[in-house]
Amino acid sequence: MDLTLKIWRQKNSNTEGKFVTYEVKDISHESSFLEMLDVLNIGLEEKGEEPVHFDHDCREGICGMCSLYINGKPHGPQQTTTCQLHMRSFKSGQTIWIEPWRAKAFPVIKDLVTDRSAFDRIIQAGGYISVNTGGVPDANEIPIPRKIADEAMDSATCIGCGACVAACKNASAMLFVSAKVTHLGLLPQGKVEAKTRVENMVAQMDAEGFGACTNTGACAAECPKEIPLANIAKMNRDFIGARLTSENV
Amino acid sequence: MSWLTDSLKSSIFRKLLMALTGLFLILFLTVHLAGNIQLIFNDEGQAFNIYAHTMAHNPFIQLVSKFNFAFIVIHVIYSIWLSRINKTARPVKYGYSAASTNSPWTSRNMGILGTLILVFLVIHLKGFWWEFKNDSIPMITYDGETMPNVFLVVKAAYSNIWYAAVYVVSMFFVGFHLSHGFASAFQTLGLNHVKYTPAIKAIGKGYAIIVPAVFALIPILIYIKSLG
Ligand code: HEM
Ligand code: SF4
Ligand code: FES
Repeated sequence: MDLTLKIWRQKNSNTEGKFVTYEVKDISHESSFLEMLDVLNIGLEEKGEEPVHFDHDCREGICGMCSLYINGKPHGPQQTTTCQLHMRSFKSGQTIWIEPWRAKAFPVIKDLVTDRSAFDRIIQAGGYISVNTGGVPDANEIPIPRKIADEAMDSATCIGCGACVAACKNASAMLFVSAKVTHLGLLPQGKVEAKTRVENMVAQMDAEGFGACTNTGACAAECPKEIPLANIAKMNRDFIGARLTSENV
Repeated sequence: MSWLTDSLKSSIFRKLLMALTGLFLILFLTVHLAGNIQLIFNDEGQAFNIYAHTMAHNPFIQLVSKFNFAFIVIHVIYSIWLSRINKTARPVKYGYSAASTNSPWTSRNMGILGTLILVFLVIHLKGFWWEFKNDSIPMITYDGETMPNVFLVVKAAYSNIWYAAVYVVSMFFVGFHLSHGFASAFQTLGLNHVKYTPAIKAIGKGYAIIVPAVFALIPILIYIKSLG
């Protein structure tokens, strides 16, 4: 298939970017979206031009590294990661717009690559459990009901890709933070620090410059791991409760 | 006390205030409609005048109306604050957006709808609330008790097609605002549950259609009556 690509090119975080149009030909509809970009980049390199920079790592839908806002949607038309998106989702002759995630908290480093370390700092603020190191604990030492384990796992599947932020009209990170807060807060090991965790993670989220939630539901509709909006309600509950009852004055 | 000031600055508490004030305004709207419905009784405004007179002299209602004003102000100020933060969170806009595929239009335009409602509120308060406070209203006596004939002011206003039209159109804005806002407020309060959320959403949609529709019916009926 032949395609017209309108790709955001930006030299670095200090310069302004712009869309540049490229044509790619003879792309297999079985290739993945990133493979299609690989083909484009090989062509650019052969011509001595600078290849288009984009993030990727596992290309298996599990690491959360790939991004790309494709034709107005994060990770493109399917509810999956960009690396798991295939060219059969497009038609030959189509124009495809490819942009980086756009948020004040995710500055563009180059082309389609953004700096998502704001998420790392939110995790550092509370997305952990404190344990004394020592021997490996027995796996069944702390009984966890199957239902709780499953629910925690559903939230733990968040890969931190940032599509929720990219999709949200307010560039809000509520879905991501709520996934992390819910995952840890449900488990006995995480309950100990549940209140300070939600307080600190929300404070860091606000400090990073993400917007507030308007409950549009765009995040959950685009999340490749199908984290539900109910998680945000739960986080609101947890946060309000923690603020009123925690001992952090 | 810094925990309290910090809390009030957090995005979730700001949203909480939007939701609580919004829900109060919904409650107020319901009571307001129950009163206004008397405008279309075929009694030349007697029921409505007596009702308005009673409300104006009930200390509890007067207190609630003070709160109502305060809540509108809080709702508006926080909406401006939130909207500004939300705008700055994305300094560079997307070149191509397909937002309509993942979220309802109303949910993305609460600020615009709210602003339109605010414009209406100013017209509304200037036209009625302010006029009622003035002494220029003709009096009327029922069973020996004299009171302002506020019905006359309403009737005169709605006999003007433009005035009536502003009311009817504004009710669409209220309807759209609430078609997202009603259920959204519960989500903000953390009330999302498989059992109740579908019901809350259904009631919200119903409320957003029925209440503004009945509100809009009043000027329409009075206008039609004024023709004949
Ligand atoms: C009849 C009067 C009004 C009622 C009943 C009402 C009700 C509501 C409700 C229930 C919400 C949902 C809160 C939430 O999502 O948690 C809301 C949100 C909102 N309202 Fe209003 N409102 C009214 C007037 C206004 C006015 C006059 C403005 C602004 C000038 C306004 C601006 C907004 C905005 C921007 C939001 C979205 C806030 C957000 O989610 O970030 N509203 N309103
Ligand atoms: S919640 Fe979903 S969209 Fe957001 S970072 Fe996690 S996996 Fe990505
Ligand atoms: S590259 Fe790892 S999830 Fe896409």
